[in-house]
Amino acid sequence: MNAKNEMHLRFPSKSCNEAFARSVAAAFVMNLDPTVTELSDLKTAVSEAVTNCIVHGYRRESGTVFLSGKIDENGRVVFKIRDKGCGIADVRQAMQPLFTTAAEEERAGLGFAVMQSFCDKVRVTSAVGKGTTVTLEKQLGNG
Amino acid sequence: MIETTYQNNVLTAFLSGEIDHDSACEIRARVDGIAQSLKPRLLCLDFGKVSFMDSSGVGLVMGRYRQMKLLGGALRVQNVSPGIYRIFAMSGLEGLGVMG
Ligand SMILES: Nc1ncnc2c1ncn2[C@@H]1O[C@H](COP(=O)(O)OP(=O)(O)O)[C@@H](O)[C@H]1O
Ligand SMILES: [Mg+2]
Repeated sequence: MNAKNEMHLRFPSKSCNEAFARSVAAAFVMNLDPTVTELSDLKTAVSEAVTNCIVHGYRRESGTVFLSGKIDENGRVVFKIRDKGCGIADVRQAMQPLFTTAAEEERAGLGFAVMQSFCDKVRVTSAVGKGTTVTLEKQLGNG
Repeated sequence: MIETTYQNNVLTAFLSGEIDHDSACEIRARVDGIAQSLKPRLLCLDFGKVSFMDSSGVGLVMGRYRQMKLLGGALRVQNVSPGIYRIFAMSGLEGLGVMG
């Protein structure tokens, strides 16, 4: 079986799409026969990244969230989550556990920490006023 | 998504399904509404039927912890599955003594 695959999705920044996006991510990796933990890790990481686009990237405005997925021949999964929102001025600071700019909205500041602990690799590129791209990588199966 | 019981001054909220930013907002409104009218001595958040949670769940618990403090009561979190516990473990919530 050649697992190599790719998908692209775009949807409006509505919070009901948080569940939609992580379900799509789970469905996309299904033919790699992931373990329950792998599946839950990926769903959680994608949920964090998509929520950030909606809550922080676009704040109270509406915009489009982009989710793409890639699976290579070795069962390595890469998800890219992108917004064209406000961007992050200091990515290093944003990624510190417990750092949040939305404490009054009861954000815990753990989104990036969760992504990092549940994926093999997390990359963030961002430009103020232009938007943010988060790349999540995870090796499935004996990885 | 949420059922509550109230006895002996203890309000228990049985959460179920998926807890994310979207559902956390609804749970927060429901639980705070009931807690504000009953002013229980203890609020128990029961995670036994929660199938998915991201870090929004940590914000939900921290927020209810503060809310109960304001109301002069305490908070307890119970029936957390190992998968969900992994997220709570990152948060330092254990230090608050709410994990039952
Ligand atoms: N897509 C994004 N656009 C703009 N800012 C972001 C984005 N993602 C994260 N951030 C910033 O990084 C901070 C930390 O994010 P995170 O670790 O997910 O915690 P939380 O979402 O709980 O605040 C956020 O509070 C926000 O300031
Ligand atoms: Mg976040």
